Amino acid sequence: MAHEGKGTGGLDTTATPGSLGAGQPSHPIGTAPEAAFGEVPEAFSPREMDAPLHAKRMIVNMGPSHPAMHGVTRAVVALEGETIADMKLDIGFLHRGFEKSCENATWTQCFPYTDRLNYISAIMNNTGFALAVEKLCRLDIPDRAKYLRVVGSEIHRICDHLTLVSAMGLELGAMTVFLYGIEARDLLWDRLAELCGARLTSSYCRIGGVSRDAPEGWIEKTTASLDRVNELVGEISGLLTRNRIFLDRTRDTGKVSREDAIDLGFAGPCLRASGEPYDIRKAAPYLVYDRLDFDIPVGEHGDNFDRYLVRMEEIRQSDRILRQCFQQMEPGEIAVKDFHYVLPPKPQVYGTIEGLMAHFKLIMDGIQVPAGEAYSYTEAANGELGFYVVSDGGGRPYKLGLRAPGWPMLAALPYMVKGSLLADLIPTFDSINMIGGEVEQ
Amino acid sequence: MPYHLPQDKPVSLRERLYLSEAIRGLRILTSHFVRNFFFTRETNPDILARSRKLSLNATLAYPEEKVPYPPGYRGLHRLVPREDGKPRCVACYMCATACPAQCIYIEAGELDGDPIEKYPTQFIIDELRCVVCGFCVEACPKDAIRMDSGEHSPPTYERSQQVWDIKRLLRGTPVSYQYDPWLRRGASSIPEDKLAEMRANARPFHTVATDEYAQTPGFSVKALAAEARARAEAKK
Repeated sequence: MAHEGKGTGGLDTTATPGSLGAGQPSHPIGTAPEAAFGEVPEAFSPREMDAPLHAKRMIVNMGPSHPAMHGVTRAVVALEGETIADMKLDIGFLHRGFEKSCENATWTQCFPYTDRLNYISAIMNNTGFALAVEKLCRLDIPDRAKYLRVVGSEIHRICDHLTLVSAMGLELGAMTVFLYGIEARDLLWDRLAELCGARLTSSYCRIGGVSRDAPEGWIEKTTASLDRVNELVGEISGLLTRNRIFLDRTRDTGKVSREDAIDLGFAGPCLRASGEPYDIRKAAPYLVYDRLDFDIPVGEHGDNFDRYLVRMEEIRQSDRILRQCFQQMEPGEIAVKDFHYVLPPKPQVYGTIEGLMAHFKLIMDGIQVPAGEAYSYTEAANGELGFYVVSDGGGRPYKLGLRAPGWPMLAALPYMVKGSLLADLIPTFDSINMIGGEVEQ
Repeated sequence: MPYHLPQDKPVSLRERLYLSEAIRGLRILTSHFVRNFFFTRETNPDILARSRKLSLNATLAYPEEKVPYPPGYRGLHRLVPREDGKPRCVACYMCATACPAQCIYIEAGELDGDPIEKYPTQFIIDELRCVVCGFCVEACPKDAIRMDSGEHSPPTYERSQQVWDIKRLLRGTPVSYQYDPWLRRGASSIPEDKLAEMRANARPFHTVATDEYAQTPGFSVKALAAEARARAEAKK
């Protein structure tokens, strides 16, 4: 085997850590080996052996296909020992050209694209986009539709937070938490499938309303599901909140102060965990949030544990919002009665020429949105979800911009983890809840 | 109102000791384990309806047990047939226009001297391209395409098997409405006795336009109808 030479493969049983490679003879420490790659380091002196290890920076690739890097994100980490000296993020593996795709689709056809931004909370993206276009059209949608949007959004907020909490538990070694969390999320997704016809990619909202009303008995079923979710959330909380392993790994790691969080452009739960009580649902209430009674949980330290706690509390607050919505909701229209924006009801299409023509015009030309620009900002599960839409008066968006909620947090990740241990990168990456679909658009 | 997180308190001595907290955590896990281990799992596919007195298990043995999809679930497409076995589709291309994924391909044929006029010679849906948004169903002015099959597109070994043509798409219960032009005006492509049967089975549908849906200011369907009636009477 010694004749095979270097690089030809095969295992050299005589190779030692001191040898130059398979097939090369080993050399005793203290003697100079043959110069195989040009420069040969000086032989160790006994004094050097006592000195602390010379730490060379090691470059480690986390991802793109690392189980803890949700979606596909590549983090290039320069390590000094186990400390992160530097970090670079490489995103774009999930880039699909969201903005440009939308410019080639009618306003209505954008909804399936928005579903796939944050695929765990699709209705919130639908709502954000619909609100942007409705701002441009100066449309006020019926109350029932507003409530249905809020209900869908809050169910999806619970789903999103459950996913974060359970994935965080899973990656810190608590598999059971993941199973409980996914069980709860599955129950809610079943309810959403009854509401909008799909578990994941809802396409629920339309410009001027929502696509369908809640089926009979849905509210009772959802309330029962929420009770069950509460039970499971309680169990997850029992397993994690005072768990010392979890506390040790999340406390004082990934810390962001209140000032830094504002400077870095944080929004949503991550900003609130840093101590800034800013929630768009309170600061600039949209839909019916001003009629609902809910509180904003605020953290103190801005570390990973606070971000986890904020999410757990927000699940409870969303639950409160949902129950209030179910009480306040009244039967009524679910979309505006205007053929300029909403497809006419089917009897009109099948039976009358006016309905049929409006139907054909809406589908062939798209909704004619007045020229102008608008920015809608809504509180998505991860922060401020902003849609900037420009219309030239035609049936398709002239330009569409997206402020992805997860992006400022992800961009701040190198600042958050610099100087901490490599093991702290995992809870920090988990707690900012980066979703590839929205960040990489 | 903003409020501070209730549980963000420093680690107490009891938690620092680790053991008592570990036992508390294990109690949650053990209660699940014992109940799921010693009591049989309920097989009700509706997980919410399962009684949670004994077993807490929320799983399904998937290929053997399946959850029926809820009504209104957006499943695999189907082309709705008429009673004579032909598709209701009149090849108006609305679904293909509304489709954001451009997964529908239609070729239209012509029927000479028949009020139906157009029919699809080819209707192809690429289920791999389909994003299951349901816009085609909303766009259809003839109720000819639906996603109510209650199933998702089955897995296949080849991509080509995911391309569904009219032969595979045309299935399910036939539908007729009283307003259907082929029922109102007759159709030479449908046999007379079949047509009579279809007319007997056809479902009623509101065909009267109402003023509340008119969006043009000052435009009224009722006023127009009254005007037309007055003109017709004047001619007489």
